[in-house]
Amino acid sequence: MSSHFKKKSAKSKQDIPTASLPDIIFMLLIFFMVTTVLRETEVQVRTTLPRAEAIQKIEQKRLVSYVYIGPLKTGQNRGATAIQIDDALIDDVNNVRTIMYRKLVEQPKLIVSLRVDQTSEMGMVMDVQQELREAGTLRINYSSRQDRSAASS
Amino acid sequence: MPLRKKERETTEIPTSSMADIAFLLLIFFLVTTTIDIDTGINMTLPPKLEDDQEPPPVKERNILKILVNAQGQVLLEDEPSAVNLIREEVIKHVQNNGQDPRYAEASNKAIVSIKTDRQTPYDVYVQTLDEVWMAYFTMWDNEARVLGSPNYEAYKDGLGPDEENMVREKIPAAISLAEPDAGSEG
Repeated sequence: MSSHFKKKSAKSKQDIPTASLPDIIFMLLIFFMVTTVLRETEVQVRTTLPRAEAIQKIEQKRLVSYVYIGPLKTGQNRGATAIQIDDALIDDVNNVRTIMYRKLVEQPKLIVSLRVDQTSEMGMVMDVQQELREAGTLRINYSSRQDRSAASS
Repeated sequence: MPLRKKERETTEIPTSSMADIAFLLLIFFLVTTTIDIDTGINMTLPPKLEDDQEPPPVKERNILKILVNAQGQVLLEDEPSAVNLIREEVIKHVQNNGQDPRYAEASNKAIVSIKTDRQTPYDVYVQTLDEVWMAYFTMWDNEARVLGSPNYEAYKDGLGPDEENMVREKIPAAISLAEPDAGSEG
């Protein structure tokens, strides 16, 4: 009996089938290539977005450029309101003009999405808006979340 | 001889299940990934004014002034009000058609002006803007229903590329963000 078992195990090879492996790996690869956002910016300011009812979707994501305004998460001046564009914090509001103008030259249909923390004050937002007007980037979007309790306001 | 024959049979790899595995993975990722869509309130900023250029003259009665102060209190046409009353007031203002002398002469001339203080919380500003937009959305929906569409969204989708948007023609959304006071800077 035992000799019979031995004989069988010796005969059939116990290899893992590897023929389908490349296909699976390729599929995973393609999936991640498609879904991965290439440049994930690290947001250094806190942006808890306000809620709104009359919101619209931005269909073309490639037109959008973000401006983050909110209290700093870390660092020496923690809690102080700061402006961030892409990966950099903006020290002087006047620099927004130059940055946005460059972006507008690259993408004439630029939409600037203002991701502003709901506790921020309007002064900073107004300053940024004035800079955007100077730069000529007039299409803006106040990023906000869908208000679930629509009738509460 | 029979031993060798058996060995050849076992080397074949079953590939019939590969499609199942692939589909399973695909479905798994389809379910788990969330592609977040950006949402927000769209606005168009007014173009920059030249130094010697004055803002275009607008009749006083055509402007509905909304002021929001540092405490988040609302002043509607110089009268204390609340954020949730704005919507109604905007509709009254825009669809007045010259009846009430306090409101606008015609829908396409009506302007809603929002002015905020530097210390106004952003939250309140967005709520105010939201209310004004909702007022316009409501009016557009009503107008689209008159033209025979269930709502404005359906009407807009049904428009051809060359067709004029009659709803927007009749009630253009004129929301003015007031120029910040020069004196309050710094």
